[in-house]
Amino acid sequence: MNSLDPALDLFPLAASILAAITCGVLGNFLLLRRESLMGDAISHGVLPGLVIGFLITGDRSPFTMLIGATVAGIATVLLVMLVRRLGRVEAGAAMGVVFSVLFALGVLLIERAARQTDIDADCVLHGQLETLAWYDAPALWRDVPAWTTIESIPRQVWGLVIACLLACGFVIAFFKELRLAAFDPGLASSLGLRPRAIDLVTMVLVAIATVASFEAVGSILVIAMLICPAATARLLTDRLSRQVLLSVVVAIATAVLGYRAATVVPSWFDDESVNAAGSMAMTAGIILVAAILLAPVHGVVSRSIRSRRLARRIAVDDLLATLLRTEEARSPDAVPASAVNLLRPPKPAAIERARRSGLVEGRSGSDLRLTEDGRRVARDVLRRHRLWETYLVEEAGLSPDHVHDPAEVLEHLGPIPSIRSSRDPHGRPIPDPD
Amino acid sequence: MSPAPPDRTSLRDRPEHSSSSPLSIHAMTVAYDRKPVLWDVDYDAPTGRLVAIVGPNGAGKSTLIKGCLGLVPLASGVVEYRGRPLEEVRQRIGYVPQRESVDWEFPVSALDVTLMGRYGRIGWCRPIGRRHRAAARECLERVGLAGLENRQIDQLSGGQQQRVFLARALAQEADLYFMDEPFAGVDAATERAIVEVLRDMRDAGRTVIVVHHDLQTVPEYFDEVLLLNMRVVAAGPVEDAFTRENLQKTYGGRLTLLAEAAEAIARGRRGRDRG
Repeated sequence: MNSLDPALDLFPLAASILAAITCGVLGNFLLLRRESLMGDAISHGVLPGLVIGFLITGDRSPFTMLIGATVAGIATVLLVMLVRRLGRVEAGAAMGVVFSVLFALGVLLIERAARQTDIDADCVLHGQLETLAWYDAPALWRDVPAWTTIESIPRQVWGLVIACLLACGFVIAFFKELRLAAFDPGLASSLGLRPRAIDLVTMVLVAIATVASFEAVGSILVIAMLICPAATARLLTDRLSRQVLLSVVVAIATAVLGYRAATVVPSWFDDESVNAAGSMAMTAGIILVAAILLAPVHGVVSRSIRSRRLARRIAVDDLLATLLRTEEARSPDAVPASAVNLLRPPKPAAIERARRSGLVEGRSGSDLRLTEDGRRVARDVLRRHRLWETYLVEEAGLSPDHVHDPAEVLEHLGPIPSIRSSRDPHGRPIPDPD
Repeated sequence: MSPAPPDRTSLRDRPEHSSSSPLSIHAMTVAYDRKPVLWDVDYDAPTGRLVAIVGPNGAGKSTLIKGCLGLVPLASGVVEYRGRPLEEVRQRIGYVPQRESVDWEFPVSALDVTLMGRYGRIGWCRPIGRRHRAAARECLERVGLAGLENRQIDQLSGGQQQRVFLARALAQEADLYFMDEPFAGVDAATERAIVEVLRDMRDAGRTVIVVHHDLQTVPEYFDEVLLLNMRVVAAGPVEDAFTRENLQKTYGGRLTLLAEAAEAIARGRRGRDRG
């Protein structure tokens, strides 16, 4: 099966996308407050709330579930704060203890109530997307808008539409307040912008998102979506507004790709399709790993390219400076060279690179000479080196025989000390700027 | 022994406090985890002056500021601003926290942070208008950061970050400012720039209360000083209050005695609670 079918795929896909957006948007603010695990805690902590809500009222209406789960979600947040304060443990440990205990309580309650209910722990974890199949669906996608009626949309999808509107509406309306509360709660509170209330509403919305999602997509996807899209977007931009927008895009892409991958990837191995929620959570992880590796500025690859480029430039700079120093040492008015002993032999790769850039000419060894361009670069490097040496002796109070090594590093970096001198501490001339 | 119920009565009937003072603190006591940090602090700030809060580590300098701003609960005491409670005058009071108190990797630009000073003025849920952006840009210029407004704050030097905080305070256009160690870890150029801005603020009639740790520069930078070590040791114009004797009292032997007393009381209370 390689194409989507309205009957089987429309509502499951819609539910997945809505759940992904809802959690993805809220996840940004958990991430920035370093409380991503709180989403995990809440989404596990609501389980006993769901079951207790069911046991008390005996029905499985969304409203009962919502009340029970929201109460449990808030209780989770308060318990975490309590354990943290009374137990004097760090936030992560407090969350870990609270959510595992609450989840275990939920599992025990389910077993106890197993005969009366069709809730089970498995369906809470990975959802039941297949229950959203639409048996009266038209055969063709283009007939879908005409055929869809309010009654044909499943209850779970409605729940997610409401949760998604709440989450997005909250983030849009209170964007400024959310940003300040996450960045500087002290200022927010001194301005009367109630960071604690904002925090609490965020947590309640996470609880609502969990409840709305759990029946369709399960809490594994909730946890993945609370963390991964926001973390991916954070790597791609340095502006919060763009991060939130990107997290939505990433969330939608994750849901669509993950949903397709659940059927397509196993078919390559002639296997049956796998759980779509699990596949989406995997996809979220894969996209995050890709961003960690490939993000333009913060990615591992681009950082290592930058540092390799810098290392290459330094090797070439060092080679050119060495050649210029050798020239100086040969000239008749040379200061007796002790420092030349400190020079490292140039790397063959650096010679090759310098030759290709037209900075040196001649064969390797003693035959190697600076070109005009090469001399200009070398004079600049030497100028920085000797200015730094002078600075370190005169301003930082180091002794002249201790300044070569630090200057050897500093000469390759941005700043140039603002110091006027024509000779360095060893009596060698400081080249003028070009 | 439970802490005394907070004294929430107005200071109107207390002749020792003036309702024309931008900040009146009466009998403020703050305790963290039952260990008193500030004891019975009384203080009236003068209008249009630069005030340094000076004292050793753990003297409660930051706590005093946070207590005034309602960021830590008071065990007892009253704080009033020109005779009015904090809730009525929040927008007129600026706060510059310690630089380390925020996450500088946060995805916001220098302009975004400066604009935060105007959030109270803009109001809940309202978008940030062009007028506010222009005002924030002007504040960045005043602290010498023109051209860096779109820089992510992590890409700024420590001194520049501190200046962004100052620009944010300027953007708030408050009457009274609390600043927590604005000179900590900044370069000489930033220090001069900050002093200049502080003097401008004072000359415009604002009162600025600064937690300061460099005793050497107190007479040069400030008009008034509040010497603090859990309680007010001395307060007043720098010429009168910043004396060798008062400094000795603030930093010297008495400190250890007071700290020991506090320690003993805290221990006693804990013991009683268990027993």
